[in-house]
Amino acid sequence: MAAEVMLMNEIEAKAASMAIDLNIDFNSIQLPRGEDCGIVSDDEDVYHDDQLEFDSGFGNVIVVDNLPVVPLEKFEKLEGVIRKIYSQIGVIKEDGLWMPVDPETKKTLGYCFIEYNTPQEAELAKEKTNGYKLDRAHIFAVNMFDDFDKYMRVPDEWAPPEIKPYTPGENLQKWLTDEKARDQFVIRAGTDTEVLWNDARQSKTELVYKRSYWTESFVQWSPLGTYLATVHRQGAAVWGGANTFNRLMRYAHPQVKLIDFSPGEKFLVTYSSHEPSNPHDANRVVINIFDVRTGKVMRDFKGSADEFTIGGAGGVAGVSWPVFRWGGGKEDKYFAKLGKNMISVYETETFSLIDKKSLKVENVVDFSWSPTDPILALFVPELGGGNQPARVSLVQIPSKVELRQKNLFSVSDCKMYWQSNGEYLAVKADRYTKTKKSTYTGFELFRIKERDIPIEVLELDNKNDKIIAFAWEPKGHRFAVIHGDNPRPDISFYSMKSSHNLGRVSKLTTLKGKQANALFWSPGGRFIVLAGLKGFNGQLEFFNVDELETMATAEHFMATDIEWDPTGRYVATAVTSVHEMENGFNIWSFHGKLLYRILKDHFFQFLWRPRPPSFLSAEKEEEILKYLKKYSKKYDAEDQDVSMLLSEQDREKRRMLKEEWEKWISEWKRASEEEKLERQRLRDGEASDEEEEYEAKEVEVEEILDFSEEVLFEE
Amino acid sequence: MRPILMKGHERPLTFLKYNRDGDLLFSCAKDHTPTVWFADNGERLGTYRGHNGAVWTCDVSRDSMRLITGSADQTVKLWNVQKGTQLYTFNFGSPARSVEFAIGDKLAVITTDPFMELTSAIHVKRIAGDSTEQTEESVLVIKGPQGRINRAVWGPLNRTIISAGEDAVIRIWDFETGKLLKESDKESGHKKTITSLTKAADGSHFLSGSLDKSAKLWDTRTLTLIKTYSTERPVNAVAMSPLLDHVVLGGGQDASAVTTTDHRAGKFEAKFYDKILQEEIGGVKGHFGPINALAFNPDGKSCSSGGEDGYVRLHHFDPDYFNIKI
Repeated sequence: MAAEVMLMNEIEAKAASMAIDLNIDFNSIQLPRGEDCGIVSDDEDVYHDDQLEFDSGFGNVIVVDNLPVVPLEKFEKLEGVIRKIYSQIGVIKEDGLWMPVDPETKKTLGYCFIEYNTPQEAELAKEKTNGYKLDRAHIFAVNMFDDFDKYMRVPDEWAPPEIKPYTPGENLQKWLTDEKARDQFVIRAGTDTEVLWNDARQSKTELVYKRSYWTESFVQWSPLGTYLATVHRQGAAVWGGANTFNRLMRYAHPQVKLIDFSPGEKFLVTYSSHEPSNPHDANRVVINIFDVRTGKVMRDFKGSADEFTIGGAGGVAGVSWPVFRWGGGKEDKYFAKLGKNMISVYETETFSLIDKKSLKVENVVDFSWSPTDPILALFVPELGGGNQPARVSLVQIPSKVELRQKNLFSVSDCKMYWQSNGEYLAVKADRYTKTKKSTYTGFELFRIKERDIPIEVLELDNKNDKIIAFAWEPKGHRFAVIHGDNPRPDISFYSMKSSHNLGRVSKLTTLKGKQANALFWSPGGRFIVLAGLKGFNGQLEFFNVDELETMATAEHFMATDIEWDPTGRYVATAVTSVHEMENGFNIWSFHGKLLYRILKDHFFQFLWRPRPPSFLSAEKEEEILKYLKKYSKKYDAEDQDVSMLLSEQDREKRRMLKEEWEKWISEWKRASEEEKLERQRLRDGEASDEEEEYEAKEVEVEEILDFSEEVLFEE
Repeated sequence: MRPILMKGHERPLTFLKYNRDGDLLFSCAKDHTPTVWFADNGERLGTYRGHNGAVWTCDVSRDSMRLITGSADQTVKLWNVQKGTQLYTFNFGSPARSVEFAIGDKLAVITTDPFMELTSAIHVKRIAGDSTEQTEESVLVIKGPQGRINRAVWGPLNRTIISAGEDAVIRIWDFETGKLLKESDKESGHKKTITSLTKAADGSHFLSGSLDKSAKLWDTRTLTLIKTYSTERPVNAVAMSPLLDHVVLGGGQDASAVTTTDHRAGKFEAKFYDKILQEEIGGVKGHFGPINALAFNPDGKSCSSGGEDGYVRLHHFDPDYFNIKI
């Protein structure tokens, strides 16, 4: 080590004597075009793609035009004025202000260049000062340096665009046609991201695609499973393909932090937030909406972070993601954003506000879309110390007609839960007790699909119970609630249908004293995993709600994440790197049998690949259910074949291992035999080998315990 | 059967050793007194007082007459097993980490830690039959490689010495010349510190445990890697059943990294593996700290474990154990 330190010192001394600055800013190095210094980029198609705009390296330079033309004497004064204006917006680089002078007249030319530290600052400066009035005759015209370049390159004559011959795309849904009807999932551990098949029959995974450094922060499936999105410094990308994962499209968005797909995966929303140069300003937020297939920016939103943080739980700082919530089902017709006293609803035909104006709602704090219909549910809290009650209303889009409204009194907080088919809406309302010292919880249940949308009030048996979790059965009419104050809460199941009266909610059962704090319904309904995460260390209970019985209880110690596969056949539980130990995941069958377990250090993510909704009609599905026995015969036979094959392979493998081991043993025996005499010599001739060691010997030992003399009298 | 809990040490256990007959169990700990127990019922038979530092290791002669112990007080002591008296003290300039008697008990291999400017070293001492004639002289000193040597044992016929330690490499040295004969392969070998090494009863193969969360089985003569047993936690101690094809791995998180939430998080179980199939067959729970020492009774019907928690747990196997099928 010492030698190395010396060396570094020497280099520094040498550099200093030659006046070389060793602090190299690597970003400042501009290589000539086409030069890679022999370093091949790992991004294999970097050479084929068009250079993206922001790559040109002058993104942080602006050109300010319409400056006064001044003689040399006034040069410094003008420079001072410009510097004052532009250093307010951002940090101008050292020597970053350049005002050219006509070499003949020695006068300025009426324009200057300003180089900022970041492209964001440059853009801000352009936005803020374009049109700035220095005086009556000098109104600034500010442009990005890159824009000049771009517009100069536009050819004067229009040439018809080259029409590329049509090439059929890959079948992006091919994974759905897997012969064994398996599902895929993606995991991220360490620097590797892998897409794997869940081969539950053989209790293992099968690799589909693996890549190191695939993403810089996280990966995400699109809602229908067609694409896998990765996030990079330059933007986001989506991947997919028939048999492997190819990059299908890139979406340029520097420093993107968060992404979100529309439910029908037509659009991708990307979000980034940039540190302001002035610490008193709020962060600048940039949101882009891309068309997933063409990669075109459909609309962008820019502004300070304050504009995007309204709402949420009492105005907590930070943006609540997703900022834009998609509505209107899978057609991706509408998206909406919560604003101050309004909800801005946009439609995707023109990407503009519906009716050109936002929906005005005083003091609205939360809203949510029906998962299937263009209906908004919004919540307005209590105002004026209780004079104006809190209210939940349902609004139809695009007509903006209020379908139903419910006033709620002395409500402190409210949460909305939609059932996945949009048939029911549950509103969980926390109400103050009369003393206002504590709260209790009740539910308002809306039946959306029935006439006039009837509302029903549900209170728990013990209405003081705290609600820990709530979950609707997907596509079903039941819901589960975890409630209670003691360390072992109760779990209740309710149904929106009851046997004698269809229009009433009824309780099915209550399970007492469970170690659970989270609910995970199977996507097919009927089964639910009652999980005790965090404090409960990963307790799992697999429960059948049809029969109201526990199928299995298990534990995945320290589990942090639970996810059902999209078919409801398997459950994955994972310990992610929030814990240092035991990182990895378990795959369970729906009834709680552990199928296999894989450990990976630094485990970050586990995501099942979603499936698009089935194309089968309801009648067809029913028919299949009816004849299920017939179909399952075939699959049972297949299962048996697989397990036979497995045990056969297993036996073979074991036999090989045993044989190999026997060979070692005989080798050792032989060596040991050869060395036997030598070993005896080392032990001074004592027989040493194992055969003699445990010879049974009977040894009689006589020990005198006591000795006494007694005189016996003779008679 | 319920394990017998033997509480005689005040500090973490470091080493366990059965005598050849399997009736006595010797335990070393970071407190200064090695202890001898009845291996059947766990009754304490006696202690060996005299060391002035943590005792890292011990070995007992074939006839169970003499005990050799190595300690952090920079000495290695010979003891009379029956009387508990000190017979001789070897002085070193650094802590003694491992000791082993050679076949015939006329030689002992001792390793010492790197300390101050001293590097780690392997010393071989001649052990006199009559302790009054014992001398300090070394027959052979091998200046060790970088880092601590955690264990050194004799190869077949005392011709070689096998060492392993912090640099994760297993080395075989020639006893006559002190020359390095073989090194384990970097690719297939351990990736982190080797903490323990134990020989099979006949010395033909040995098992090494490492902080890289694995244990590996090697051929003693050729240093061929035969098996690898992977586990979920760093391995501190390993043992091999002399009776069945089982190996036992013990360990757990480093004492300083143990989470405070739950003892299960640390994985302080002794895990049993099938020696041939490399598959886990079971575990023995109980310690509430990492396992530092493991030993099998030479009859293979019981084993004992020593933990960071200061307890020795003696397990007599249930009849089921002998019928495990996988």
